[in-house]
Amino acid sequence: MTNDPDLPAMTYDPELETIDLNINIGPQHPATHGVFRMVLVVDGERVEDLVPHIGYMHRGAEKLSEHMDYRQAIGYQDRTEYLAQFNAELCYVQAVEKLAGLVPPERAEYIRVILAELNRISSHFMFLGAFGTDLGVFGTSFTYAFRERENLLDLFEEVSGDRLMYAYFRPGGVAWDVPHNFVERVKWVCDQALIGAKDLDTLLTDNEIFIARTLNIGKLSIEDAIDFGASGPVLRACGLKFDLRRDEPYSIYDRFDFDIPVGSNGDSYDRYLVRLEEIRQSVRIVRQAIDQMPDGPILPEKLPRALRPAAGEVYMRCENPRGEYGIYLISRGSTQPYRLRIRSSSFCNLAALKHMTVGHYVADAVTILGSIDIVLCEVDR
Amino acid sequence: MALVLWGLFGVDMNVWLDAFLRLQLIVIVMTVTVMALIYVERKFVGRIQMRLGPMRTGPYGTLQSVADAVKLLTKEDLRPATADFWLFELAPYVTFVPVFMTLLALPFMEDWGVRDLQLGLFYIVAVSGVTVIGYIMAGWASDNKYALLGAVRSAAQLISYEIPLILAVLAVSMVAGSLNLNDIILQQDTIPNALLQPLPFLILLTATLAELSRRPFDIPIGESEVVGGPWVEYSGIRWSIIFALTEYAGLWGMAVLGSLVFLGGWEFPFGTSGFWGDFDFLYQMALVFAKSSFLILTMMLISATFPRLRIDQLMAFCWKILLPFGFLQIVINGIVLMYLDSEVTRDIALFATSGALLVAMAYVTYLATRQPSREARVAAMVAARSIQ
Repeated sequence: MTNDPDLPAMTYDPELETIDLNINIGPQHPATHGVFRMVLVVDGERVEDLVPHIGYMHRGAEKLSEHMDYRQAIGYQDRTEYLAQFNAELCYVQAVEKLAGLVPPERAEYIRVILAELNRISSHFMFLGAFGTDLGVFGTSFTYAFRERENLLDLFEEVSGDRLMYAYFRPGGVAWDVPHNFVERVKWVCDQALIGAKDLDTLLTDNEIFIARTLNIGKLSIEDAIDFGASGPVLRACGLKFDLRRDEPYSIYDRFDFDIPVGSNGDSYDRYLVRLEEIRQSVRIVRQAIDQMPDGPILPEKLPRALRPAAGEVYMRCENPRGEYGIYLISRGSTQPYRLRIRSSSFCNLAALKHMTVGHYVADAVTILGSIDIVLCEVDR
Repeated sequence: MALVLWGLFGVDMNVWLDAFLRLQLIVIVMTVTVMALIYVERKFVGRIQMRLGPMRTGPYGTLQSVADAVKLLTKEDLRPATADFWLFELAPYVTFVPVFMTLLALPFMEDWGVRDLQLGLFYIVAVSGVTVIGYIMAGWASDNKYALLGAVRSAAQLISYEIPLILAVLAVSMVAGSLNLNDIILQQDTIPNALLQPLPFLILLTATLAELSRRPFDIPIGESEVVGGPWVEYSGIRWSIIFALTEYAGLWGMAVLGSLVFLGGWEFPFGTSGFWGDFDFLYQMALVFAKSSFLILTMMLISATFPRLRIDQLMAFCWKILLPFGFLQIVINGIVLMYLDSEVTRDIALFATSGALLVAMAYVTYLATRQPSREARVAAMVAARSIQ
């Protein structure tokens, strides 16, 4: 082209050279969840490259747990997965039970499942609210979602005594029995959660701008999702029906009748829809569980004062709101775990961020990060 | 009010003193309006979001704006060490002064504005276009990448949406045959322009939201993307000039402009003659207040419920939809006004053509942004429900 005699010779003007701009988003930025930091390399508004930086929230939860009694380490699960504490606790106590050969009584199993599913609802409400804010809704989705989340947190506080750091599950059962009005409260909370899900559905699902901002943004194919180790709603949005509650039923999940919502596109919109639907499915599970819940003890008859599981190792994985949450536990026969390793669902889902974002606009980077729904404490541990 | 009465009673005043007093009055009214608007928005949006809004400062939080003003004015005025001194310090004023200057040409009551300009409409659109320079100055001078990105975004957005805005008011001025705001208002004594020209009215509303960088068009200052855009480094009094004065004075000014040009201002339902003689200005004021409040609340409602558009979607909407239809409207207006002499047929033709264009624009927008139906979007999930 430069040699075409009919055209003026192209001159290279160094002053007009365009350079890519590095934009740092986070760790202190309104759009980053937690203290996640990403450096965007942008050409104008288009993202050319993305470098995630994690570790700002690293507190060594795994290492700290090695110097604690098996029961003391429960609290660290709350602090690791601070939006789905009951789910994380459930995974941990089940790993310990597997290691120590404890069998929790029926009632404890039901209480745990009910609370874990309610916690999934509250976590998804948190996502729905924050996702709307990421997209620029001026807090309306946030307050709608938080109204429902407050109901759930009030219930959790009544049960465990704390709004965030419950530490309520124990290896072999739960710490104490639920309050006398638990059944009515749970039923009421379930009704409210459905109302809240409907409100958010009305506000966002059919909103033209919402669709324009999320549909086909951050697409992920099933193969890529599996390669990245993605799980949970991120994986199910791609269309793969993989849910540990159905495929590898732990606790008493095999007794309940529920559907697994899957998307077809693998984009941000599908991830949103899958979570919205999971709220309804969780309500379904909770309603069945609350009807079946028996009376009885909440801890086994013979519970040793100090847990000393025999030497061995165990890997327990559970379906958390954000995906597969795994606990790998090695025992050397002492009262403390020799090694505790957490398989973080957010971390693996976050790995796909760059793959999904490159080629989209800066505004979409925020959308996609929001649609992954990370908990940074879980990423950094 | 004394000034209004002087004017009505024909008290002769030194022309400079008169101008000065009118200016003082508009500054006071603007400041009070801005504080009231901040309170109204916080309460209104709060109610939409099932919150109470400010409740602690004063009865029902009415003194919240005062408390905010005191806090902002006494706050340290920070400037980044690497900022360009003059550009950084001047940018808020460059942003605010044009907004204030648009207020000078608005006739809030019959024969009462700061100045009755023969080319009032032209003046307003010309002056309000300067605001963008302040955005770019601030974004460049802040030495901050978010600010730079926001400034570039605002340059693209504000300049683009200036054109549909101009086309919308131009269409109306063609119908009125004047650029004088008083003439445009007087001409709407039976039918407001919003009925004759629904398409320009809609374009004006949309372009106003974009010009003011309000949600869903707050792309230049998008909180979750560029953290406040050009204004990210500003604090204290400078930030209050931008945020409080510019944003809300602009909202007020544009709402009053829309109510005057499209909703008939103080003229429409009752005519100028009035029933109260010398105190006609009271109901005129009330009319303009009611109409501009309606527009302001509409904009606040839109702001509170919609997600933000992306910059490419915003620009496509402007250049591919608003602009062609704005031009079409002007061409059709020209033909109608040229060949139809009778006032009744002219009005009917204007309404019919503009309404038809509005429907066409809505349809084109629908086609261009058509998304899969709800059934198709959630099909996979509905299918998942049936499989156990």
